[in-house]
Amino acid sequence: MDKLKKLTKMKLFLPVFCMFLVLCVNMIYDASTGKPFYSFFQVGITNGLLSGRLVNILNRGSEVAILAIGMTLVVSASAGTDISVGSVMALCAAVCCRLLAGAAAPKATELAVPLIVGVLAAIGMGCICGAFNGGLVAYLGIQPMVATLILWTAARAIGLLVCDNLIVYVRNDTFGMIGGFVGFFPTPIIIAAVCILVVSIVLKKSAMGMYVQSVGINKSASRIAGLNSKRMIFICYLLCGVCAAIAGVVAASRITSADSNNIGLNLELDAILAVAIGGNSLGGGKFNLAGSIIGAYTIQAITTTMYNMGVSSAVAPVFKAVVVIIIVAIQAPPVKAFFRKRSAKRASLKSGKEAAAA
Amino acid sequence: MTSTTEKPAGALKERRQMNGNTVLLLITIILFFVLYAAGCAVYAGKGFATVQTFLNILRSKAGLLCVTCGMTCVMLTGGIDISVGSLVAMDCMLLSYGMANWGLSAPVMCLMVLGIGVLFGLFQGYCVGYLNIQPFIVTMAGMFFARGMTAVISTDQLSITADINQTFYNWANYRIYLPFGGTLNRKGVMIMPYFGIGVVISLVVLVVIFLMLRYTKFGRSLYAVGGSEQSAAMMGLNVKKTKLKAYLLSSFLCSIGGICYCMNTMSASVSQATGLEMDAIASSVIGGTLLTGGVGNVIGSFFGVLINGTISTIVQTNGKLASSWPNILTAALLCFFIVLQSIFALIRERKK
Repeated sequence: MDKLKKLTKMKLFLPVFCMFLVLCVNMIYDASTGKPFYSFFQVGITNGLLSGRLVNILNRGSEVAILAIGMTLVVSASAGTDISVGSVMALCAAVCCRLLAGAAAPKATELAVPLIVGVLAAIGMGCICGAFNGGLVAYLGIQPMVATLILWTAARAIGLLVCDNLIVYVRNDTFGMIGGFVGFFPTPIIIAAVCILVVSIVLKKSAMGMYVQSVGINKSASRIAGLNSKRMIFICYLLCGVCAAIAGVVAASRITSADSNNIGLNLELDAILAVAIGGNSLGGGKFNLAGSIIGAYTIQAITTTMYNMGVSSAVAPVFKAVVVIIIVAIQAPPVKAFFRKRSAKRASLKSGKEAAAA
Repeated sequence: MTSTTEKPAGALKERRQMNGNTVLLLITIILFFVLYAAGCAVYAGKGFATVQTFLNILRSKAGLLCVTCGMTCVMLTGGIDISVGSLVAMDCMLLSYGMANWGLSAPVMCLMVLGIGVLFGLFQGYCVGYLNIQPFIVTMAGMFFARGMTAVISTDQLSITADINQTFYNWANYRIYLPFGGTLNRKGVMIMPYFGIGVVISLVVLVVIFLMLRYTKFGRSLYAVGGSEQSAAMMGLNVKKTKLKAYLLSSFLCSIGGICYCMNTMSASVSQATGLEMDAIASSVIGGTLLTGGVGNVIGSFFGVLINGTISTIVQTNGKLASSWPNILTAALLCFFIVLQSIFALIRERKK
C-alpha cells in the first residue's frame, strides 16, 4: 500500500500511467480484431521509409510536442494558457509558404527564396505574435487567455489574408523534407528532439528554469528578490510564439501547402492537455518539461488510437474535452480537500479500531 | 451627459474620478455613430442609408445579441464563457437534424434545445462555481465538447426548408413591417422595411436582462461577486451559487440565441458560428464590460453588437474586401478596448 502511494506520488506517474493505459487499450483492441497483440510495437521499413504505428505516433506528435514546450513555460510563469498557438501556427505557415512560393503563388514548384529565409521569416512572425501576447500579459496585466484570444481569431484571419484566401502550394522536395523524411528517418522527430534538447539544456544549465518557476509561484516575491518578473513572463510568451512558428512550418511542410483554415486546428487543446497530463498544475508554479513531452506523445497516441478505431476527426474533440475536464477536476482544490478529508477519516477510523482492539 | 464633454479639462477629470467607465461607454456609442455615418456617406449609392439596412443588422445579429447578453452576465462575475459559439452550432444542428430525421415538431425541438442549454450551463457552472476550476479551461473544454457533439449528430451540411418543417419555416419568414421608412424599388412599388421574430426575441431578452441586472437581487449579486468575491461572501451572498446561476443563464441565453441564429441562417453545419464567442466577448468588452468583472451593462453590449454588425455590413457592402476582414477588425477593436481598460486601471491604481 505504501509502495503504491509512493509510486503515485512520483513526478512522472500521471503521464507514464496514461501512456501505459493507451498502449494497453491498443493491445487489447488489436488482439480483439484478430491481429497479433504486439502489432502496435512493430517497426519496419516499407518503401525505404521507416514505418509502424509507434513511428507514426512519434512523427505526428512532433507538432504537439514542440507546442507543449512553449505551453509548459507559459503555464508555469503566468498561470494561464496561450490559446493562440494553433492560429499562430497557421499564420506562420502562411507567411513561410507565401515567401517560398513568391510570384508563382498559389502553386509553385520552385522556391522563390532560399528555404532558410522562409523558415526564418516564419520564426520572426512567431516572435512578433509571441511578443504581442507577452506584451499584453506581462506589461499591461491582462489575463493571459483574454490577451491570447485576440490572436486566436486574428492570426488565422491574417493568415488567410496573406494567402489571398487561397491554399498556397509549394510542391518542392527541399521544402517537403522538413515534414517528410531524411533518408529513411522522419525529419519532424529530429526537429522535435532538437527543440526539446536545446530548451532542456538551457533550462538545466542556466538559472532560467528556476526563474520561471519562482515567477509562477509568486510574482511579487520574485520581483522583490531581484527578478524582473515581467520580462520573464514576456520571454516565456516569446518562446511559445517561436515554438508555434516551428510547429507551423513542420505542419505546412507535411502537406507542402499553407492551408490557413486547417493548420493547427484544435491543436491548442492538445497542447494544454499535454501540459495537464504531464502532471503540471494549470495554476502555474513548478513545471516538469519531461512530463509535458510524454503527455504530448500520449495525446497523439490517443488521437491515433481513435482514428484507428474509426472515430472521425471532427468527433475526436469530444473525448479530449472529457479527458481535460476529468484531469482538471482531479486537480481542483475542493476535490483534493474532499479526498484528503476522506483518507484522514479512514485513518482516524483505523486508529480508533486499533485502539479499541488494544 | 454629452454636454459635459464641452466643459473644460477640470470637469472631465472630475467625472473620470467619478466613473472612468462611462468614458468607455461614451467612446463606444460615438464610435458606432461615426462608423454608421461613414458607411452611409461612402455607400449611400448601394442602399446603405436605408432603414432596412439597419434592421438587417439587427436581423443578422439577433442571435449574437442574445449570446452577448449572457456573456455580459458571466463577465460581470469576472469569468468568461468561450463555449457559446460551439453551443450555437450544436443547437442549429440539433434543430435541423431533429426536425428532418426524427419528425419532431418545432416547439418540441426548441424546448429540447433550451433544455440542453440549461444542462450544459449547469455542468459548466458547477465546475466553475463549486469545483473552483478556471472558467477558461472549463468553457474551452465545453467548446470542444459541443463542437464534437455537433459532428456526432451529423457531419453533413443540413438546411431547413418548408418541406421539412412548415412551422419553423413560417416562424423564420414571418415579417413584421414598419409603417414608415419605406423605399421605392425599381418598379416604383413602395417596399416597407421589415424585421423578423428573431429581432423581437433578442430585443425582449435585452430588456429583460437589463431590468434583471438593475432591479433584481440576482442581478445586483452578479455585480457584487465580480467586484470582489471576498466582500460578496462577507456580505452573506452565496458566491458559488451566483456563479453557477451566471453560467446557467449564459448557456440558456445562448440556446435562445442559437434558435434566433438558426432562424436567420436556416441551415446547420459543423463549422457554423465559428468565432461567435469572439464576437460576443468583443461586443461585451467594447460595450464597457470590464474583463475583471463588476462593471458593465447590457446597453453597452447592445452598442457593441451594433458596431460588430456595422463592420460586417460595411465589408459586405464593399464586396471587394476579403471575408476575413470582419474578424481582423473585431479583434483589433477588442485589443484597442482591452488596452484602454488596462490603461484606465493603471491610472486608477497610480492615483491611490
